[in-house]
Amino acid sequence: MPYQRAETPTRIAGFSALLFITIVTFGAFLALATRATEGFAISEVLSDAYLGRIIRFTLWQATLSTLLSVGLAIPTARAFARQTKFTGRDSLLKLFALPLALPALVGVLAILGLWGRAGWINQLTGDLLSFSIFGLSGILIAHIFFNLPLATRLFLTSLERIPVENWRLASQLDMPSSSIFKFIEWPVIKAVLPGILALVFMLCLTSFTIVLTLGGGPASTTLEVAIYQSLRFDFDPGRAVTLALVQLAITVVLLAVSFRFTKTLPNIVSLKSTMHRPDAHTISARIVDAGFIIAAGCFVALPLAALIADGLSSDLPKLLSSPTVWRAITTSFVLALAAGTLSLTLCWTMLKAINNQNSLFAKLVGFASSTILVMPAIVLGSGWFIVLHRFGNVFSFAPLLVIIINALMALPFVHRILAPALAESTRQHNRLIAGLGITGWSRWRLIDFPVLKKPLALAFAFAMALSLGDLGVIALFGSEQITTLPLLLFKSLGSYRTHDADGLALILAFSCLIILYAAEKLSQRKARQC
Amino acid sequence: MLTLKDLKYSYEGTSFDFSMKIDQGSFVAIIGPSGSGKSTLLDLIAGFITPTSGEITFDNKPLLTLRAAERPVSMVFQENNLFTHLDVQTNIALGISPTLKLSQDDHNTVTAALQRVGLKGFEKRLPGELSGGERQRVALARALVRQRPLLLLDEPFAALGPALRSQMLTLVKELHEEKNLTTLLVSHQPEDARSTATHTAFLNNGRIEVFEETEKFFAIKDNKELTAYL
Repeated sequence: MPYQRAETPTRIAGFSALLFITIVTFGAFLALATRATEGFAISEVLSDAYLGRIIRFTLWQATLSTLLSVGLAIPTARAFARQTKFTGRDSLLKLFALPLALPALVGVLAILGLWGRAGWINQLTGDLLSFSIFGLSGILIAHIFFNLPLATRLFLTSLERIPVENWRLASQLDMPSSSIFKFIEWPVIKAVLPGILALVFMLCLTSFTIVLTLGGGPASTTLEVAIYQSLRFDFDPGRAVTLALVQLAITVVLLAVSFRFTKTLPNIVSLKSTMHRPDAHTISARIVDAGFIIAAGCFVALPLAALIADGLSSDLPKLLSSPTVWRAITTSFVLALAAGTLSLTLCWTMLKAINNQNSLFAKLVGFASSTILVMPAIVLGSGWFIVLHRFGNVFSFAPLLVIIINALMALPFVHRILAPALAESTRQHNRLIAGLGITGWSRWRLIDFPVLKKPLALAFAFAMALSLGDLGVIALFGSEQITTLPLLLFKSLGSYRTHDADGLALILAFSCLIILYAAEKLSQRKARQC
Repeated sequence: MLTLKDLKYSYEGTSFDFSMKIDQGSFVAIIGPSGSGKSTLLDLIAGFITPTSGEITFDNKPLLTLRAAERPVSMVFQENNLFTHLDVQTNIALGISPTLKLSQDDHNTVTAALQRVGLKGFEKRLPGELSGGERQRVALARALVRQRPLLLLDEPFAALGPALRSQMLTLVKELHEEKNLTTLLVSHQPEDARSTATHTAFLNNGRIEVFEETEKFFAIKDNKELTAYL
């Protein structure tokens, strides 16, 4: 029911936040579009062989990565669903949440630690394999490392929602494993499959950091990396514009398609399964399941182990006493704090201005918060790069742009956490609050903050961690003056100071995890106190 | 005297139109089928929703220009009457000051109100530690400290068992008389009306179909909707 309208200042603040987001995104788009119509013909560019190759590779690597990640996730999730009792199951599933919480660059370092030139596998096999990680194989391994655990958890959540009656029926009818898959599991998997495919494809399409670090040459370059190269190395804004517009076109089409499917995705919930399946204890089932669980577990755990081992064996004391490193850490935290604050403020002011969940404004807020992903950070960044380089030194705007773009990129996550929590609290308390006349600062202090501190802390930590791990925007705008931890890491990787890179990766991973962990602990403790 | 004059409102295709006059000191039970507009009527008086047209006055002063918190109204809902993260004392104190600026006198008022509803010593308890009936007593204590002449009760005891419900009704009736309140009680149970109310209203399809002294009300035999409902 449309209880109690927001007051005018709240409404104005909300509209301003929405306007700000619109200006930042459309500003970048307009800059790209006008630049594109200024100097050259689109048709000429589209027949460009170089561009064609990049587009093909971008789509090809994303397709392969998606098929492999999702294809392997199905039997892995099924194995976890069938084997509910083995030791370490919970820990393993917690471990599967880790890659997504880590910055992409940390994941890359972890993969280099296992698969790289000096990694564990090449050390073990000596010259026998002399396997090179750089190129398509490295990109695929990294994408599987990040997306296999995600897809597994999503499938598993759906499989665990199969009603227990289905399993009783399966036992009664004495269904063999193949029938169980066909009649019980596959329908569930099929329902979420398009959403998971679309999500993973989108993530692989816009994974700038992985391709930049593991692509290893012009043969395996994606659009986003090409944009970065044309702006930072060739200084060819014209080409960057074309590439950015092509990338934008692809993501728009993809998002339009995936929007229909991703709504069906479940929220990953606590994985406590009690179902008794008739097919769990046959010898063949146990062997197959163990195979998938061990393989997937190793695929995720070994790189992380290598990351920790390499990081610890690097010269951490030297790194931690270096002023450059400390400056990077401080810069990273300051930028991340600012980006987190901005993201939360934007989202909060917009949500508070919503009177009615069905109003046009409410729909626009939801739309803006979710479709911002259409504009990858690199595209947004290159748009503003082109605007600002007319006004002098682009790099002097770096802090501001890094903060704003990272805040916007975190918006979908912040919105997804805050919106339902706020809506629920409003539903419960709105009449009471209106009747008692609790407004303004009192309302925030007495009601909103204490009731919503858990989602607020979680959203803030997410936004901060995301910004802390960002390499895309800072790679465009970073300089000697503004260097963050990921940029420093990237530079030491580029100049073959691998040991430093290992140490920095561990520091970066630790920083992100401590933020997420602190947010969780803090909100839990306070919740218990009152 | 509480007066509603041609009070119109519409929500998701249902339209409501209320007119009635309630004397100071009346205890009015409001009954009727789901969706007939019982809660909507209370929400309109309390100021949680805004009518499209019409008038509400209390003691000849118009209410519609006032915000919910400024109206001479306290309301108790079926659920979510308390902030679960705040203790009982704070929940009641919010009825005195929405910013929690309290004098010693105010603290004494809170303690006295708690005692009056039979919850002496419950100051520091959290709502989660109370039973459903106790939570509604706290909500009544808050209504007491607010000292507003109009008490609106939106099915506050619907979730309680029969014995507890009649206990709570007795308490409400006592408070109503002690403080000389005008009380409106929405209920699903016609016997609540019979046992407690001086007047009873029957709502149907967004209109006040019947409004009579309780005794006369239950003597009516010629209203088809009413007899069907009862």
